[in-house]
Order: sequence, then structure tokens, then C-alpha cells
Amino acid sequence: MDPKIISIIGAALAVSIGSIGPALGEGRSVAAAMDAIARQPEAAGTLSRTLFVGLAMIETMAIYCLVVALMLLFANPYTR
Amino acid sequence: MIPSPLASSVVFRIGPIPIARPVVTTWGIMVLMALGSRLATRRLRVHPDLPQTALEALILAVCGQIEEVMRRDCGPFLPLLGTLFLYLCAANLSGVVPGVRAPTAGLETPAALATIVFLAVHYFGVRSRGVLGYLASFAQPKLIMLPLNIVSAVTRTFSLMVRLFGNIMSGEFLIALVVALAGLIVPIPLMALEILVAIVQAYIFTVLAAVFIGAAVGGE
Repeated sequence: MDPKIISIIGAALAVSIGSIGPALGEGRSVAAAMDAIARQPEAAGTLSRTLFVGLAMIETMAIYCLVVALMLLFANPYTR
Repeated sequence: MIPSPLASSVVFRIGPIPIARPVVTTWGIMVLMALGSRLATRRLRVHPDLPQTALEALILAVCGQIEEVMRRDCGPFLPLLGTLFLYLCAANLSGVVPGVRAPTAGLETPAALATIVFLAVHYFGVRSRGVLGYLASFAQPKLIMLPLNIVSAVTRTFSLMVRLFGNIMSGEFLIALVVALAGLIVPIPLMALEILVAIVQAYIFTVLAAVFIGAAVGGE
């Protein structure tokens, strides 16, 4: 098969499969934070700050997949 | 063919040095922010006018966040972290202005900012604990953690860079794709989302820099 086709399929797979894990993780962490805020509304400030930082950490995994996909599409050494 | 988001176009050259578009945008933001803060702080008074009040509220908010994260006086860290936050807000939001591409949507600007944070972590760590004390902190809590701590010092800088770049660039990329597919008015909700993402990313970059510096400085 043409390396271009393979790298396009690879980029699509990287983003689609790679975003499953971070999506599940972010859902769990937001649910846990909502639960905690509902139990203890006075701690909402600290909780939401920690939540944002944690979400950013989790989201980095999905962003890595996106960067890998973009490298496959735009900076691929095998399709030159 | 869509232009690659990983490359940036060269605007002009000074001698042998090529000046890319993000650099020109950054210079513009620097001039605007320096002039703006010069104008706002020209006549400082006890009973402040509107710009001074706004600036004071902003600085106090940043200072409060830093103190909550680091559990110590924000004084020595406010120049670096406050400037980072203000610059990142301006840089991320500059993508909303028509004809301007956010400098953080290229790889270079996030890489430079992450390098600044990387160096600042070591600077504040050495200043607070001394050279030997700071080096010994890499072997905490056990000596076996030494390689992991050294690796994490590098990888967290890298992830700081990739997070900022990926978030801002993917937003601009998505808007460009939707414009190409659907037309002019359709991506407006996406652009509103982009404004939120821009502020959140500036906040997260600053808070993570504060967390890293706080970890290097250590407890009381």
C-alpha cells in the first residue's frame, strides 16, 4: 500500500483510539469532583482548581495523540 | 492542501536570522502590554481610577492563586508568573483577532515559555535550598527515585509545551477546517469555545508553573 494512505489511516486511528482513554478519565474525574462539591460546597474553589489542573494533565494524553497524528500527516519522513 | 500547523512562515530576515510570524506577533503583544501597563501605572494614587483598580484586582487575583498553590508569600514569584499569565492570555486571545495567528499556536513560543519555566524551577530551587540541598531534593523520598525525578523534570517541561501548543493549535485548526467545509458564520460557537480554552490554558500553564516552582522551593 501507498505510505500516504497508511499514514492517513494511522493518523485517524491515533486520534480516535487515543481519545477514548482520556475521555473516560476526564469523565470519571469530573464526576468525582461534582460529587465532592455537592457534599462540601465550601471547598468548591480548591476542588475546581485541582480539577482543572488534573484535567489538563489527563488531556495531555489526547493532545499527544493529536500531535502524533499531525506529524504523520504533515511531517512524515516516509512520504517524502 | 492545508498548510502544515507544525511549520511557521518567515516574514522577513534581519541579516542571516529569519524572523517568523509568531515572533512578530509576540513583539506586537509585548509593545501593547508594555505601553498599556505604563499608561495604567503612570499616576498611581491611594484612591485609584478605573485602570489602576482593574490592574490591582488582576494582580491580587494572580497573587492569591499563587499563594494558594504554593503556600508561601507570592512576592518573589509574582514578576515571573504574573507576566506569564498576562502574556499567555494576550497571546492565546490574539488568535481571535482577524488576520492574526496566535503565537502559541506554533511550536516555538510554547517551547520558549516551557524553557523559561524549566530554568526558573532550578533557579528558585537553588536560591531557596542552596545547590547541594536542591540536588539532594532529587533523591527524595528515596535514592531509588533519582532517575525518575530527573526524567520527570524533563518530561513535564515537554508536556507543558505540548499541552499549550496542542490546545491552541487544534482550536485554530478546527476552525479553519469548519470554515473550509461549512462557510463563514458556522464556526462562531467554536470561536466562543476557543476564547474559553485560551483563558483556561493560560491559567493552567501558570498554575502548573507555580506547582513546579513550589515543589522545587520545598516546604517552609
